[in-house]
Amino acid sequence: MDSLSAATSESFRLLFSGDTDLWVIIFTSFSVSIRAIMIAAPLAFIVAFLMAHLRYPGRRTMIAGFSAMQSIPAVVVGLTVYLVLSRSGPLGDLKLLFTHSAMITGQVLLAFPLLVAISHSTFQAADQRVWETAVTLGAKPYRAFFTLLHEIRFGLIAAFIAAFGRIIAEVGCSMMVGGNILGYTRNIPTAIALETSKGEFSQAIALGIVLLSMALFLNGLLAFFQGRGVMSS
Amino acid sequence: MPRYFANLLSLLLLIVPLASADERPVVRMATTTSTENSGLFQVIQPVFEEDLGIRVHVIAVGTGKALELGRRGDVDVVLVHATPAEEAFVEAGYGVARHEIMYNDFVMVGPPDDTAGVRGLQDASLALGRVAAVKAMFVSRGDDSGTHKKELALWKDAGIQPQGNWYREVGQGMGKTLQIAGETQGYTLVDRGTWLAYQARSPLELLVSGAAGLKNPYGIIAVNAKRFPDTNHQAAGRLIEWFQSDRAHELIAGYRVNGEQLFYPVGD
Repeated sequence: MDSLSAATSESFRLLFSGDTDLWVIIFTSFSVSIRAIMIAAPLAFIVAFLMAHLRYPGRRTMIAGFSAMQSIPAVVVGLTVYLVLSRSGPLGDLKLLFTHSAMITGQVLLAFPLLVAISHSTFQAADQRVWETAVTLGAKPYRAFFTLLHEIRFGLIAAFIAAFGRIIAEVGCSMMVGGNILGYTRNIPTAIALETSKGEFSQAIALGIVLLSMALFLNGLLAFFQGRGVMSS
Repeated sequence: MPRYFANLLSLLLLIVPLASADERPVVRMATTTSTENSGLFQVIQPVFEEDLGIRVHVIAVGTGKALELGRRGDVDVVLVHATPAEEAFVEAGYGVARHEIMYNDFVMVGPPDDTAGVRGLQDASLALGRVAAVKAMFVSRGDDSGTHKKELALWKDAGIQPQGNWYREVGQGMGKTLQIAGETQGYTLVDRGTWLAYQARSPLELLVSGAAGLKNPYGIIAVNAKRFPDTNHQAAGRLIEWFQSDRAHELIAGYRVNGEQLFYPVGD
């Protein structure tokens, strides 16, 4: 157990001594995943709203489709994005492979079905009268949409946090399309995989601590946003 | 829009950084896990980036995967160690020319009690034969890397088709493979560079080294600009020149772990 405690204390030293490499990795992770979620979330909320609001053929198949896609493995998304973005692939001319944009693309694809599926059930449970009242009171559709978003904000935030939790922690897709390039596309999960394979456990633990603290922080935030966490009366 | 949506949005946008101001040309290099895991690149990469005024994106994968990235035009240059595969790569027109830049050798490591009795043998195929004879655990890279190709060639020389419960193909990089061999008290083939870097942490011991046929040459190849016109072949060419310079030779020869030299530069 000596090596475990030694590696853990070394990891704290790394975190608080301002080790540049380590902080670049942390920064990359957040920068990529935040951009991905900012792209995916608004689109997903609109799709989920339309799915809950409109009646059209194939709607239920679409809902089931998004639900099923929640469990698509990150490596499959990674492989697909890799083949599409590769210089020999259909979008090869964009030269996006092994860049942040490639990682963001993969993470958007991973987050999107999760965001749609969770937020759709939230929209579905929302009171149709919120929309109707807002429209009756003369609100334009987009105003009514924001009023509805406000009413169901807890569910949307939960969807947001669940999706962010998935993409910030996924390793397969980032490794394949990012290439784990030091100082550029190396993020927390790919660095943990690499450092573990190199036997450098302290850096792996340090990064694990960051991920874990982030998860705690986000869930604390969720608890805060959810207020008292009881049914309204 | 309720105010907190706006607040949340502006907060998040603040965290999103602006595009990096680094305007240096980028060269993408696919290399093997052995050059990266051994720590060599940590020493030489800052130097050649500074000398050439370029930014090198190093993608460390097995040799097979590295050559595949080259064949698809996804990288500008490859630095790998599997001479026959490299020659085929150039032959088929994917690469311009192969330049040998350095070498070291492969060694065989295994459990200290050495149940197969290979310690000190001067013939790697003979050693593999003894491992197979007693069905001692052997951990194979199994990932089409340079080391894996070498191992398969050695089995072929020994006239053995390794299979069975004792032969484990793990499909991982060199470091991970050494860890697995260490945990399962197995034998494995490893390049000396990675072995020296891992030796202190590994429960395994060096059993076969300096045997004939275990030389491990590294070659660097620019991806053919005729096939992929938008590769950064100009900077890739300068990088290859740099690897052939005295300065590079000095750095490569000077890189040591625990006082031992890991790589021997080759002059053209």
